[in-house]
Amino acid sequence: MESGIFFTDYRADMALRRKPAQQVRLGLFIALLLIFPFVASPYGLTLANQIGIATIGAIGLNILVGYTGQISLGQGAFMAVGAYTSGILAARLGVPFWLSIPIACLVTAGVGVIFGLPSLRLKGLYLAMATLAAQEIVEWVITHWTSLTGGTEALVVPAPTLLGARVNTDFRFYWIILLAAGFTALFTANLFRSRVGRAFVAIRDQDIAAEVIGVNIFFYKLLAFATSSFFVGLAGALTAHYRSIISWERFTIEVSILYLAMIIIGGLGTINGSFFGAAFMILLPAFINNVGRTLRDVAPLVATLLPAVQQGVFGAVLIFFLIVEPEGLAKLWRNIKDYFYVWPFSY
Amino acid sequence: MNAQPAEQLQARHITLHFGGVAALSDVSLNVRQGEILAIIGPNGAGKTSLLNCISGLYRPQSGELIFFKDGHAHNLLRLRPHHIARLGIARAFQNIELFRHMTVLENIMLGRHVHMRGNVLTCGLYWWRQQEEEIRHRRRVEEIIDFLEIENIRHKPVGTLAYGLQKRVEVARALALDPEILLLDEPMAGMNVEEKEDMARFILDINQEWDVTVVLIEHDMGVVMDLSDRVVVLDFGRVIAEGRPDEIRHNPLVVQAYLGDEALMEHLA
Repeated sequence: MESGIFFTDYRADMALRRKPAQQVRLGLFIALLLIFPFVASPYGLTLANQIGIATIGAIGLNILVGYTGQISLGQGAFMAVGAYTSGILAARLGVPFWLSIPIACLVTAGVGVIFGLPSLRLKGLYLAMATLAAQEIVEWVITHWTSLTGGTEALVVPAPTLLGARVNTDFRFYWIILLAAGFTALFTANLFRSRVGRAFVAIRDQDIAAEVIGVNIFFYKLLAFATSSFFVGLAGALTAHYRSIISWERFTIEVSILYLAMIIIGGLGTINGSFFGAAFMILLPAFINNVGRTLRDVAPLVATLLPAVQQGVFGAVLIFFLIVEPEGLAKLWRNIKDYFYVWPFSY
Repeated sequence: MNAQPAEQLQARHITLHFGGVAALSDVSLNVRQGEILAIIGPNGAGKTSLLNCISGLYRPQSGELIFFKDGHAHNLLRLRPHHIARLGIARAFQNIELFRHMTVLENIMLGRHVHMRGNVLTCGLYWWRQQEEEIRHRRRVEEIIDFLEIENIRHKPVGTLAYGLQKRVEVARALALDPEILLLDEPMAGMNVEEKEDMARFILDINQEWDVTVVLIEHDMGVVMDLSDRVVVLDFGRVIAEGRPDEIRHNPLVVQAYLGDEALMEHLA
């Protein structure tokens, strides 16, 4: 039994993973991520890549919604900006993807700042409406600026090449996504244990007190939009190169809501919650699908009902998890850890 | 002590309306370097409104608010709240306004915000430069934690703490700014006698050892009379008296303002 955790220097006290058990868990998780692509089926790899991209997008959204408390319904739009910027740069101008993706991230950050301007006056649901407008505007621009985006036609993005090899398989893409997701998670974790991240959370918890203690809330709100959009743009750009075909239908308001659901299910204002939420929202439909397919042989009736049942079950499971733990999967995970931490003396 | 300490903050003819209601009318007062100035008055007299003007949260319709620092005169009414904090005016609120989901340590670290330089890049790439800055400021924060005797709760989320401790954390956060002037809005409200005595000692130490000017709003007359060097009395948004505690005690206008309040009358008498 431990009596507490004590450190003799600030560096150790401020580490991301303070306890040995946490360090071991993180090590195991990284090892698993490194081994996974060698043992997984092609289908498993596809799912993993989708989860990786969604995790980046969810962390991006969490920076804005979970940590800074600014509600956004513009996730789909920001992903679209990232996807189309990188896609157009690669397809029309032949820019290599390692350059087009960072450019796309910066452009999305800029667009995020513009659509973040209403946040200087609006809060809560009113801000949600303003970001909804952003969503509609971006969709409209994409479908109508035909000369640039191809309008409602799909945009074909060439497969990226790295060190002379074409990155066109799930296996090869896995490493790019893993690197990007790892960078996103680490950057965000660092951000929220230091000055800028603290200012973001202060704005969420008590904006007036934040101002009076010296946080320029106009600047930091816009910075939160920029930082968030940067990573959302990264997720969008990766989607473009991964899918190799993009169209505006992939970035509608439904995407915005799906991502909001992801971070709520996973846990607002947590990084592992972003991952849990992304994994959950991608694995659950896949799982329901598989169960349905297996049952089809046993009971043919299921096959006809499947599409309807799928949506229903998906919704029901979401509600179930939210009732069990309103603070999300990250909290559930913490509860499990706490249980074993104090076991067998759970008082 | 000097015979005539320098004036640090001057409010000149401050008038503040909300619609047709005058919260402050023609309020003028001086805060002198190194003193503890108490602002008292019945409920709704405009005490908190005055502090809100100083912090930049309210914009008076007329008047001037001059803060003297390093030989410069800054008109606070032209500045936004975070600029005023940067100049060295810190504030603890009446209703606790802490960042509830953050730990005590993180709350106090926010007090160091204006003294730190880290930007989004250095913070995200932490090990490159930010770690060194965080540790440097952590040292200062630990001094404050040590001073206010809250070592054992430094990693607790403030939302889970008892009321008296939260008040103390709020003072710690304001103190972390290394302020020239500390504005305390009822720092002892809702505390028991023991907690009040602790807080009174902290305020005296902050003032005397750390050389911070303190502007204090407080309803507990015993505390006010014991702690403060000077007292300003507000009633219906006007200054009705100003002076040393013993002068205020016998001022007929003050007695009249508090007329009917038996407990206060006893202290004043």
